[in-house]
Amino acid sequence: MQTSYEQIVHKIDSDELWDFPGGIYPPERKEISNLQPIATLPIPEKLYVTVKQHKGVEGNLIVEVGQQVLKGQALSKSANPFAVPIHAPTSGKISAIRKHVSPHPSGIPELSIEIETDGQDTWTELSPTLDYQNQPKIDLLTKICDAGISGMGGAGFPSHIKLSTSKKVEFLIINGVECEPYITSDDRLMREHAWQIRQGIDVLTHMVQPQQVFIAIEKNKPEAIEALQIACRENPLYQVVEIPTKYPSGGEKQLIQILTNREVPAQGLPIDVGVISHNVGTCFAVADAIFSGKPLIQRVTTVTGEAVSKPANYWTLIGTPIKHILNECGYQASSQKQARAIIGGPMMGFTVTDELVPIIKTSNCVLVPADSEMAELNEQACIRCGACADVCPAGLLPQQLFWHAKAKELDKAQEYNLFDCIECGACAYVCPSEIPLVHYYRVAKADIRNELDEKQQADKARERFEKRAARLKAEQAARDEKHRLAAEARKQAMESKGNNAKDKIAAALARAKAKKQGLAAADSNLDTKSEINSQKTPPIESNDEPTQKHEIVDAATEKPSASSNQRVQAAIARAKAKKAAVATKSNQTPEITTEQEKSSSGSLNIENQDENIVESKPIVHEATKVSDVPRTVVQQDTKKPEQESVSPSHEENSDNQISQNIAEQKQAKVAAAVAKAKAKREAQKKAKASEIQITKPLAKEKSLANEKTLAQVEQLAEDPNNQQESSSKQNIEHSAIEDPLVTKKRRIAVAVAKAKAKRQAEKTVENSAPKENKEDKS
Amino acid sequence: MSLSLAILTALLALGILAIIFGSILGFAAIKFKVESDPLVDQIDEILPQTQCGQCGYPGCKPYAEAIANGDEINKCPPGGEATIKKLADLMGVEAKSLDAAHGQEDVKKVAYIREDECIGCTKCIQACPVDAILGAAKQMHTVIKDECTGCDLCVEPCPVDCIDMVPVENNTASWRWKLDAIPIKQVN
Amino acid sequence: MNFKLASSPHQHANRDLGQVMKLVILCLVPGILMQTWFFGWGTIIQVILAVITATVTEAAILELRKRDFERALKDYSAIVTAILLAISIPPFAPWWVIVIGTFFAIAIVKQLYGGLGFNIFNPAMAAYVMLLVSFPVQMTQWLPPVNLAQYTHDFWDALSVIFTSYSVEGFSIAQLKTDIDGVTMATPLDTVKTSLIQGFTYSEGLEHKIFDSVVTGVGVASSWVSLAYLAGGLFLIKQKVINWHIPVSMLAGLFVCALFMSLVDSDVYPSSIFHLLNGSIIIGAFFIATDPVSASTTNKGRLIFGAAIGVWVYIIRTWGGYPDAIAFAVVIMNMAVPLIDYYTRPRTYGHQAPNALKSKGKQP
Repeated sequence: MQTSYEQIVHKIDSDELWDFPGGIYPPERKEISNLQPIATLPIPEKLYVTVKQHKGVEGNLIVEVGQQVLKGQALSKSANPFAVPIHAPTSGKISAIRKHVSPHPSGIPELSIEIETDGQDTWTELSPTLDYQNQPKIDLLTKICDAGISGMGGAGFPSHIKLSTSKKVEFLIINGVECEPYITSDDRLMREHAWQIRQGIDVLTHMVQPQQVFIAIEKNKPEAIEALQIACRENPLYQVVEIPTKYPSGGEKQLIQILTNREVPAQGLPIDVGVISHNVGTCFAVADAIFSGKPLIQRVTTVTGEAVSKPANYWTLIGTPIKHILNECGYQASSQKQARAIIGGPMMGFTVTDELVPIIKTSNCVLVPADSEMAELNEQACIRCGACADVCPAGLLPQQLFWHAKAKELDKAQEYNLFDCIECGACAYVCPSEIPLVHYYRVAKADIRNELDEKQQADKARERFEKRAARLKAEQAARDEKHRLAAEARKQAMESKGNNAKDKIAAALARAKAKKQGLAAADSNLDTKSEINSQKTPPIESNDEPTQKHEIVDAATEKPSASSNQRVQAAIARAKAKKAAVATKSNQTPEITTEQEKSSSGSLNIENQDENIVESKPIVHEATKVSDVPRTVVQQDTKKPEQESVSPSHEENSDNQISQNIAEQKQAKVAAAVAKAKAKREAQKKAKASEIQITKPLAKEKSLANEKTLAQVEQLAEDPNNQQESSSKQNIEHSAIEDPLVTKKRRIAVAVAKAKAKRQAEKTVENSAPKENKEDKS
Repeated sequence: MSLSLAILTALLALGILAIIFGSILGFAAIKFKVESDPLVDQIDEILPQTQCGQCGYPGCKPYAEAIANGDEINKCPPGGEATIKKLADLMGVEAKSLDAAHGQEDVKKVAYIREDECIGCTKCIQACPVDAILGAAKQMHTVIKDECTGCDLCVEPCPVDCIDMVPVENNTASWRWKLDAIPIKQVN
Repeated sequence: MNFKLASSPHQHANRDLGQVMKLVILCLVPGILMQTWFFGWGTIIQVILAVITATVTEAAILELRKRDFERALKDYSAIVTAILLAISIPPFAPWWVIVIGTFFAIAIVKQLYGGLGFNIFNPAMAAYVMLLVSFPVQMTQWLPPVNLAQYTHDFWDALSVIFTSYSVEGFSIAQLKTDIDGVTMATPLDTVKTSLIQGFTYSEGLEHKIFDSVVTGVGVASSWVSLAYLAGGLFLIKQKVINWHIPVSMLAGLFVCALFMSLVDSDVYPSSIFHLLNGSIIIGAFFIATDPVSASTTNKGRLIFGAAIGVWVYIIRTWGGYPDAIAFAVVIMNMAVPLIDYYTRPRTYGHQAPNALKSKGKQP
């Protein structure tokens, strides 16, 4: 049974608290860094702002390389609620947007924005909100989200998500416990900025309307407790609570247990037990965001450890590389045999992989320990002493988890609630066998997650495979049925010889054409000429020759073109094309028109294709993002054929123009492909020939062949260019659009030729390699 | 007379017993029937579903059927040792090492179409066992990265060789905490 | 800069395995000294013999298993096992008894199961059981306390008896066993058991000389030794090397059983105090049953484990064929540990009940 609100308030009022099981008492070592006031680090020359600094998804970048940005200017934006924007920490120029070593234990590069600072530190225009009480909640939430605030204590959960709850909040817990050894950033912040923290708490209180606010501070920070007590004196809702010094009392779940005796259900959130908790740093940032409109661009970071000569707390810009911090704080390389820096505390922090690892919103500490400070461990066998279970705050059996994790018995490990481990490190801290227990759990967790992903993927693949198999089977059956019907119809036609010859001829013509097109669609590179012809002509013909209409009945039903009025028809088609383009489904429209006609090779199922497209939208998007030119091409591409196929191109509209260009471009492509295929064939021939030939002449011949094919390609690529140029004369207005197309065509041709040449070169090397050896020997 | 009667009685008694027990067994078989996955489905569940055909069968399901009918369990390179071990557990046979004739275990890859070079021939689309390639005749094709199983089957049919198999990039979310395997490199 | 990488936590408590084991050994010292004081130099000699055998065996087997034996020896676990076995057997048992026992404990019970941390049974107690079953005569040759013995014996006597079966003066072990009055001595438990079998009542049995006081029924020597071990054990609890659960529940289990039965019939069933202070119950409770490897690892499990040992000790002492029963009780309960552990899993934070007790549905 959950402890009731009254019980909790009563107990806290009488200066009592609950406790959580386990916990440890490591040496605190906070005095190294908490004696000096918070200083400010000079602005580094270059900042590396990681795009995703929180739990959730990354936003879309809204800046470009080379752009000048001002301090506090937003760099990303997204409509996704789980995306938190990032901001320029100072003014300067964006020198690069690329993957940069990430502030993650793996150091795997992640997308980052590199800013060359200009030292001016010019603020962008800020829009403070002074009367927050009169603002609707949604505006405040937007403001907090736009300020880029995510939890500053550890995990970096977006703050506005926590605050946007619609459930009843009994307790708002402000977490100033800071239980991990060495770290003092929250301590100093509370001592020096208690007033602003209180302002932040005011805002949060206004937003979630809790019944009671607890400000939890560990007993070992008497100055901070006093400061906040003074700051919060006037509000009876606020209560500063002293928490006994024990690690990990600052863990969100543990703190909730200490204060309320309630437990956050597994896979649940604190709000499920009527609690919301925020870090003091977050409160400070919220106050900044609301009252001065400043986004979260800097934070207090503790720099400590015996290997720095100036340990203290510093205001650090987000994106500051560790290297800069080490330089400024007097890193003493001599006290470390091998460089070691930890982001976060000694219990839960991670070692940095590179000196350019940047500070992010959650980096509360940079710990640079001397070798003597943190000893090397050597792992021994587990003696099942259970010391780990005694200190586990989550009530787990670490020794069992370790046993199963090490043996890769992942399902057993899950049965022992592996995923309830908060990775606080208490178990590994006390382990007499010095086993890095948490590391084993992390590996096991990652393995389980990956296995789950793989399983899901396999299931999806299986489903798709089975659906495809079923579809192929159905298609085959449909084709057989069609053949049978056609055969029957023919038989009937033979029997009733009353048909006129004209119809027959027309039908035969149409059939032949359909067949040709079908073949062309299947193997475009085998029959280039007919390909180009069929691509260009049949849709137009289909309108011009009414006799064919009955052959493409299906197409007609797709596009209600039965009426003779061509204009209406064109309008409908245009509308349709637009619609289709919007849905990015239009990729298959040409396929629809031809699908019915080609009876020989069934290649695609339209319905399934539909499905694919819907699913793959983001990917298509991604693909088109690669370069702008192809995107426009694709869009026009998809619009074009339908338009052409229905409306005769009498009008001089731009669509038509472009479509022609594209057709030509295609020609070029096909030509390139043909050239390539030829080259391939040739190369293969040569390869065979080379088996009996000696290397030198072969190589010569190869290079000759290369030149030949290159020339061929160029010739072919030029040809359509000429055509296009002539056509572009007709419409000067659109020459601007054409230019990139022309260049693109050229590029493609050159690329193909290059690829081919490369391939050939590779082959030559392959073929010649053994022979060269032979020559060497001889 | 009495002897034949005794024999008759015995036979009768045995016969009745047989009928009774038989009907009980029959009833129990229907009543307490355990609905379990057929073996083929269980095997199919373990296989990685790349549908690559490296095992010599046209997909994972056919291979699962073949295993159920007594084929070797070590013909699946994409699944590797882990799959073999699971299959061995399921089938109650000894785990063998991967049959090299069917390929080597490799890192996971996905197909990537160099779109500038694609001529839109749809051959790869037809080859793809899981419909993970998107495109239409004479339109640029692209691979749906999340659906691609890395089976390699689209590479061969491509007339212009514009399909590459690229290893799946490691990211921080799928990282397996291999601290000792982080490449040390200088970033400038 | 080439950074050193490690997984958190980076800080570590300064107590490793070797220190834990050394602490255990240290806490055994008062008991051993007391035992030597009352029962002669035999104990020390046995301990030395056992430690040498254990070290050699451990090193040899680790060498055979191609492990780094120097590192393994530094954890002192083999030495703790050896000492526990040495103080459990009669001080004047022949040298080959302890050598065989220690070898069995290290080689068979510990290393054959995979070395430290993998053994199912408490090595010292499994070896003790093996010795008791195989060499019943040698394993029950307890000498009377020095103050009650007819013949005094010094260090060289002890050495001589252990290696040659005869003391320097040529007394056999049987002669040494006789007390001042020329009667062969036995342990208090043995004495009471024998007298009960012979039809005497419990209080009549207590009139034997080995007990200093008829009222409490506690032998002077064994109670002093027990108190010395108790002091060491309490220190271990204070140092958080062991938890209080096993010793307390084990003593409580025995105490409750004895109390109940003595209330039923105090003539036949000895009192609780008698049970608690005689025999090796204290050393068993604090040093043997608490062996982490083979004991239960959850607090609830430890309580069950300890209490069950206490009950077993009482059952075997009272109705079984052996006078004392720590070894048997511990080995029996070692077998039950996996079961106990499985059903006594603590409730995980945020869960309603431990998973084991729920249906075996997997967590999503």
